[in-house]
Amino acid sequence: MNLDIVISGVGGQGSVLASRALALAAMERGLAVRTSEVIGMAQREGSVVSHVRMGEELYGATIPDHRADFLLGLELAETARALDKLKPGGTVIASTAAIVPATVQLGLSTYDRENITKYIKERARKVFFLDLEELSRQAGHAKTGNVIILGALSTLPGLPFGPEQMLRAVLRFVPEKFLELNQRAFAAGRAAMEVA
Amino acid sequence: MSLKLLMGNEAIAYGAAEAGVQVAAGYPGTPSSEVISTLARLAGEKGFYVEWSINEKAALETAAGASYAGARAIVTMKQVGLNVAADPLMTLAYIGVKGGLVLVVADDPGPHSSQNEQDTRLFARLAKLPVLDPATPAEAKEMVKYAFELSEKLNLPVILRPTTRTCHACQDIEVADAGEKSRPASGFEKSPDWVILPGLAARRHIWLNQQQEVARELLEESGFNRLVNIQGIGEQVPAGIIACGVSYNYVREALGMSWLNLPVLKIGAPFPLPVRPVLDFLTRVKRVLVVEEQEPAVEDQVIAMAWRSKLLTGISGKNDRLVPREGELNTDKVKTILENFLEIPSAGLETAEPAPELPLRPPVLCAGCPHRASFYAFKEAARGTDAIFSGDIGCYTLGAMAPLNAVDTCLCMGAGITIAAGLHRVEPHRKQVAFLGDSTFFHSGIPGLINTVYNKAEVTLVVLDNSTTAMTGHQPHPGVGRTAAGEQGIPVDIAGLARACGVKFVREVDPYDLPASTEAARAALAYPGPAVVIMKRECVALVKKKRAYTIDQLSCTECGLCLEDLGCPAIGRKEGKPEISKSCYGCGICAQICPSNAIREESR
Repeated sequence: MNLDIVISGVGGQGSVLASRALALAAMERGLAVRTSEVIGMAQREGSVVSHVRMGEELYGATIPDHRADFLLGLELAETARALDKLKPGGTVIASTAAIVPATVQLGLSTYDRENITKYIKERARKVFFLDLEELSRQAGHAKTGNVIILGALSTLPGLPFGPEQMLRAVLRFVPEKFLELNQRAFAAGRAAMEVA
Repeated sequence: MSLKLLMGNEAIAYGAAEAGVQVAAGYPGTPSSEVISTLARLAGEKGFYVEWSINEKAALETAAGASYAGARAIVTMKQVGLNVAADPLMTLAYIGVKGGLVLVVADDPGPHSSQNEQDTRLFARLAKLPVLDPATPAEAKEMVKYAFELSEKLNLPVILRPTTRTCHACQDIEVADAGEKSRPASGFEKSPDWVILPGLAARRHIWLNQQQEVARELLEESGFNRLVNIQGIGEQVPAGIIACGVSYNYVREALGMSWLNLPVLKIGAPFPLPVRPVLDFLTRVKRVLVVEEQEPAVEDQVIAMAWRSKLLTGISGKNDRLVPREGELNTDKVKTILENFLEIPSAGLETAEPAPELPLRPPVLCAGCPHRASFYAFKEAARGTDAIFSGDIGCYTLGAMAPLNAVDTCLCMGAGITIAAGLHRVEPHRKQVAFLGDSTFFHSGIPGLINTVYNKAEVTLVVLDNSTTAMTGHQPHPGVGRTAAGEQGIPVDIAGLARACGVKFVREVDPYDLPASTEAARAALAYPGPAVVIMKRECVALVKKKRAYTIDQLSCTECGLCLEDLGCPAIGRKEGKPEISKSCYGCGICAQICPSNAIREESR
């Protein structure tokens, strides 16, 4: 099987950890993997996209347009920005929380939540909206949105690994004192999908 | 062997360690920085030496010295860093090396995090040195090991040129469990051959030119240039593809997506390009498309080979504008290029409805970044004057963005102060302020400062000292004194250095103390002669936040100054009113500029 996952968000939201954890989980299932991440200047509060590819015959690390099976959006507008990557029939898990950039305060651009939400719903047929801000508050730390969304993803069919394997891969990247927090975050993501 | 998930730069480091590298040196630069930081992690166990050098020239010269003594050495930098190291490189090619010397020069087509899109493959050609161009992290690891062997066979430095999509891509890669320990070096042997004088240069130039053909033969045997995707294809086919570096991935995937089966000549060793595989390929296809990023480095060599062999194969690529010369390629772009080349209709999807207007989200200075405070102080001090703010390379280049708009020029590392001096020559009445970071000061700012003092230019140099090389991932530098291996040495004092350079006005100030820093800025601008102000405050990524601020909604007059003057990502609006979010770092600058004292420290 070949599977392509795009993770979009804002620099600092932990998309790199999420893509590495997915890749590691796939690797442990014996699949070949590639990831491509944005590291450097753009990470400072800028738009970031991580690509994760797993399967048999892999070439480039970046996913072509209209090929991603899943799009994980850690921020509302960044989900819309990455929608071109999603294949017809692909699944989106998107945060309803918005991070409004300074350009909006300065009047240089706009952030129209309603329109953006409508656009995501219209373009992707399978969309799960999660309030990552609220869920991460409940989990106990504002920066756990990346792990919550992985927990949510782990409830969906079509992955080459089970939720336990995915969680184990996540915890490999987490310092010991945050293990429990991230287990909680992962579980919160799973629980949220039962409601969503 | 064990399987690890490694980023391209980590894979290069593991490859070097497996090759028994003894000395590693580099200067941080995206996308190359993680090679040295990974080597620093491996150094203790494997017993080799790693350093962050003050600049790329120092790094290459350090590696050259190690190689003269027979050690295997690796040196890393980004593409523009090679310009700084060009002086030693061009002559090192004449002198030659003893221990294998590999230069990792990371190119950044796009560009993602660079000031230009220069192509290191052409630099290799200028220096007459072999260059390898990996398609994947795994191939980069294999190539770095091969590069050490090639370097020792040719007695020449060898360049490995990964691009961003290899450096910052991860792959499942086999790693040796217990790699070799560093090998013992044979030691330096005195000989006139190490001393470049015109007579030696003349002789070595002949040798260097002869080595080109030796290199071509060896690279042909390397197997990095090879025919792939040839199943079911007869002797003569209408079309074929030559693809170099990461472009190979895009070609293979685009061919698969279009259900096309064309032969591909994969190029991993673009210079000096081995002749036979190219000529074999050209005789089997009627037309060939050369796909590579940036310059037609391979294409121009293929055209020359076809011409010399009087082959009439059609050669397409950049010269007939099918393949763009700027920016990065990807599978989608290559698919379109293939369709144009083969003159087949595009099998693209229907165009979806366009996205609604999305917010612009450029990178910005972090909440609490001391650079924001420093720029603000100097803007205040220069208010009402036509002062020019020359910038430099680092996080603080983002000071160019609205609303700070505090960077009027930016060219290359260390250029701010010397550009300011040049501006001063033409408009001596205008105040000149040059900003640069602490790491950039050590990299190439000091000669510019001395030049300013020596030639009596009236420039205020502002050193934004955040005790790290922040933008590339927080590497240490001489001002901190900590080495790449984590040992503490003697920190080099910037203020003392400025005084020793002859600067009479030297002030050190905390940018979080806005009245003090504005006063220091005013005094520096009023000072006749070169002045240095060191804005000293650690990067927010290195120190945990200690406080946060909040807006007292009763006192707030909604004047919007905090929002419009600072552009801090922690300040937003809620129902029209300014509000400070949880991402506040607690620098307190907004509280210091609020005209109604409405911003206060949050009680915990």
